[in-house]
This record gives sequence, structure tokens and C-alpha cells, in this order.
Amino acid sequence: MTRNLTCICCPLGCQITIEFEEEIISVEGNSCQRGKEYAKSEVTSPVRVFTSSVRVMGGNEEMCSVKSSLPLPKDRILDVAEAIRNTVVEAPIEIGDIMVPNVLETGVDLIATRKVEKRQ
Amino acid sequence: MTYDTVIVGGGPAGLSAALGAKRKGAKNILILERSEKLGGILNQCIHNGFGLHTFKTELTGPEYAYRYIDMVEKENIPYILGATVLSIAPHSVTYISEEGLRTVSTLSIVLAMGCRERPRGALNIPGTRPSGVFSAGTAQNLVNLKGRKLGKRVVILGSGDIGLIMARRMTLEGAKVLAVVELMPYSSGLKRNIVQCLDDFSIPLLLSHTVTKIEGKERVEGIVVSKVDEDKKPIKGSEIHFDADTLLLSVGLLPENELSRKAGIPLSPITGGPVVDDTFSTEVEGIFAAGNVLHVHDLVDYVSEEAEKAGEEAALYALGKVKGRAKVPVETKGAIRYSVPSKVNERIEDDLTLRFRVSEVMRDRVVKVEINGKEAYRGRRRIMAPGEMETVRIKGEKLKEMGRIETIRVMEEKLDD
Repeated sequence: MTRNLTCICCPLGCQITIEFEEEIISVEGNSCQRGKEYAKSEVTSPVRVFTSSVRVMGGNEEMCSVKSSLPLPKDRILDVAEAIRNTVVEAPIEIGDIMVPNVLETGVDLIATRKVEKRQ
Repeated sequence: MTYDTVIVGGGPAGLSAALGAKRKGAKNILILERSEKLGGILNQCIHNGFGLHTFKTELTGPEYAYRYIDMVEKENIPYILGATVLSIAPHSVTYISEEGLRTVSTLSIVLAMGCRERPRGALNIPGTRPSGVFSAGTAQNLVNLKGRKLGKRVVILGSGDIGLIMARRMTLEGAKVLAVVELMPYSSGLKRNIVQCLDDFSIPLLLSHTVTKIEGKERVEGIVVSKVDEDKKPIKGSEIHFDADTLLLSVGLLPENELSRKAGIPLSPITGGPVVDDTFSTEVEGIFAAGNVLHVHDLVDYVSEEAEKAGEEAALYALGKVKGRAKVPVETKGAIRYSVPSKVNERIEDDLTLRFRVSEVMRDRVVKVEINGKEAYRGRRRIMAPGEMETVRIKGEKLKEMGRIETIRVMEEKLDD
């Protein structure tokens, strides 16, 4: 089978052609190793980094932005988004703090991508 | 006290310019930021994909901003928040802040005011004026920083990056994005955003379509979309009705140059930003510009790179190490719409970076730069699109070899196989 993909690893957006049956036969059009890995993962088990914001209590900001500590399976993204929609976290928060541990048993944490200080 | 360099704006360009100025020996630097925090638009860009070039890792907007803010803090570069600059002149900047109105004198200035969204008023969309119409960046701010729910059924006009990013964001927030509508026959956003923001969620992208009616009195109740012909005129009978309660507009960004205009700094009619040379000096001596105020970028990494150089050059100017005024215009040919810089000095010792956009989608092209009629750069492009800024780099050694620059020309042509 052959699939044409647009690489999403970086803004270059290389057009990759991947040929595969049981195993990967060839990958063409990528300009780096990451592109090759992306193409392989896209035809076997596609993943995406998930980002969102969660509500903060007692902070100098209303919301704290978060990201998944590792890419999540693509077909779990909408479930995760829904699961954390009413999550409230407490200030103070440092970048990298775990906001939601092991979200939906995926083994992936949601971590803070910004700092939020306690409201004075 | 006279500052060496005053920087107008504390977003990615301003922060990087400050660090560049510091590195080249400027002692008294001041960043003036209008909002209550540094980092600019990055604070609301919570998605990932920033910093691949600069930090060799994928960061979210707030993380990218934090790295620069941290460096600025470590260098003890002073900044004032809540400071709105009212006017600039070659050696002074007037701003208003909590402490009142102040004019500071400075040897050099870096303009880093960024850009603004084109508003609904610029579009002439017929219909009423109900609530539920937002510019995409405003929606991004309200959703990501304030946690507001904007609507349940959304149509997005414009497939620029913010529109695409917001299509995904609204979907993750539980809204149904009915369509992204684009007037042009191609998207002006990055390819990877089409994949991961639209395709991933099966959101339709309607190319060569536009919004022809907004329905609803108090609140948006429906959006009518029509196909457009080659002259971008709506085709009668092609109307599609969407049962939407929200319309987001992602219809272009404009460099914010009200201050520059008032200061008499010549602007490029194509980019909307100041005309600059290879040192990022505007046509007014001592005033430099970088980032989205100069031309709207797709990638913050390039903003940081450009602004660092602008900051360095502003510092060198302040310290009296100027190289003279640029005279040689950069000519552009074919589908190349413009070049930043649009002028260069006759002698360049550092590497020269030219950035430009093309006017249409083109495949299998060669980009060439000729200096004094001789080829100084040649690079293949599998694809070029108006939505993606192109970069050409010419090494300093190569430029030295070329000697005094009399003409410089950027062009593209079909690739011969």
C-alpha cells in the first residue's frame, strides 16, 4: 500500500510517500529522520501532542495552559479534551508541574506550560 | 540619562532584540510593553510547534516566551509593563504608564510592535451585526486565557494559521466546527496545520468560497457561504446555509505601524512594514525594526532571529560603530512579491538573509540571487506558497568574494530536469 502524507513535525510540511505492507517498504520525500519516524508512526499508530488550558483557582491568571507530557494516540485526543473540560487546578503553578496525572489511564500526564503565581 | 537602545514592544521580537543589543555591548536598554506581561501573542498560543529552529525542541507558545523572558531577566534588562508608547522620534520615545507621561532620550530605537488582526469592518460582509462574530485572535485570547465558551456551532472565514488553530481549539472545547471557508483557491496557512487541525477532526475546508451573509439579530443564527468565481465574485445559486451560532474571522494580519507612520518612517506598500536594509535600519537613522511589525511571519523562530540581529545593529549604531547608509535596492522578479531587507549596504561581511513571499502556489522552482549579475545563491524549492515565507541565506565569505555590491536581484524560475 502507498500513502501520501504531509509531515507535521515542523513547519516545512514535507510531502512524504510511504510504501508499506506488513512492514515498511520505503519512505520518500522526508528531509530528516523525524519525518521518517512520523511517516512510520502515522501508518501504524498515529499520535499527537495534546494542548489545552485548565481553570485555575486562587491564581493571578484565570487559566493555565497544559500539554501532554508525551504524544497521545490520535484517537484518544477528543476523549482527553472532554475529560479535562471541567478540571480546576490550584495556584501556584510552575512550568512542568503535573496538572492531570495519567489522564484517562493513557500513562501520559498533562503538564503546565506556564507559570501561575498565587493571587495576592 | 540617555539610553543606548529603547525597544517598543515586549513580545518575541522585543525580547530577542533586547538580548541582541545587550550582547553587542549596549549598556542602558529599556523595553516598553503595553500589556501587563512580557511575551506578547505567544501567551495565548498554547499549541505546540514553536522553537524547533531556535531551541531544537518543540515548545508551546508560553514555554517559548518564558525562555526569552528568563534570559532577559537573567541579563537584568529593565522593562516597564503597562507602558503605552505615544510617539517616537529619532532620539526620543514618549510613553504613558502608571507613573504618568514620560519622554526618554535614546541613541537608538527598535520597533517591535507586532501586528494586528484585520477586522470585520474591512470585509464588507452583508447582514446584521449580531453577537457571535469574533476575530480569530480575539477568540483565541478569550478561550485560552479567560476560559470563555464562545459558541457551539462555528464557521471560520479564512484559513490562515490562526483560523486553522482555532478550528481545532474550538473542537477540543466541545464546539462543532462546520467549515473553514477560504476565498483563495489555496490555504494561506501552514500545511501541517491543515493536517493536524482540520484533517484530524474531519473539518471541511471550502476553498474559493466566502461568507456572503450573516443571519440573526441579537445572536448569529446562520451563516451563508457562496462559491466565488475567478474574480472572487460570489456565484449566484451556489449558496450553502450553515446553521451556525458563531463566526470566526481569520482574514489576515497587518503590521502595526501607527507609531512608525507618525514618525515619518517610510513603509513598504507590499508588506505594510518599514522599509529596512540588511541591518534592519529603517530609512530614519537610529530607528530599527524587526518581527511582525516589519512583515508578518509564520514562525516565531524567524522573528527571534531577525530581531536579535536588529537589536545587535541598534546597539552598534548607539555605540558609534555604524557602517554607513544602505543604497543598493534588492530587486525582485517573477512571483517574488518583495524582499526583506529591501535594500543592502555595498559591503556586507556577515551572512545575509533575505526573506520573501511568492504571489501564487508554485511547484519545482529554482530560487536564484544574482549579485552584480553573478549567481550568489541557487536553491531548489519543491513547492512555494504565499502562505509560507521563504528564506535565502548567503554566506559572508561568498559576499566578500563578490566585492562591492552594485546590484542584487532575487528571482525564481522553472526547474529544468
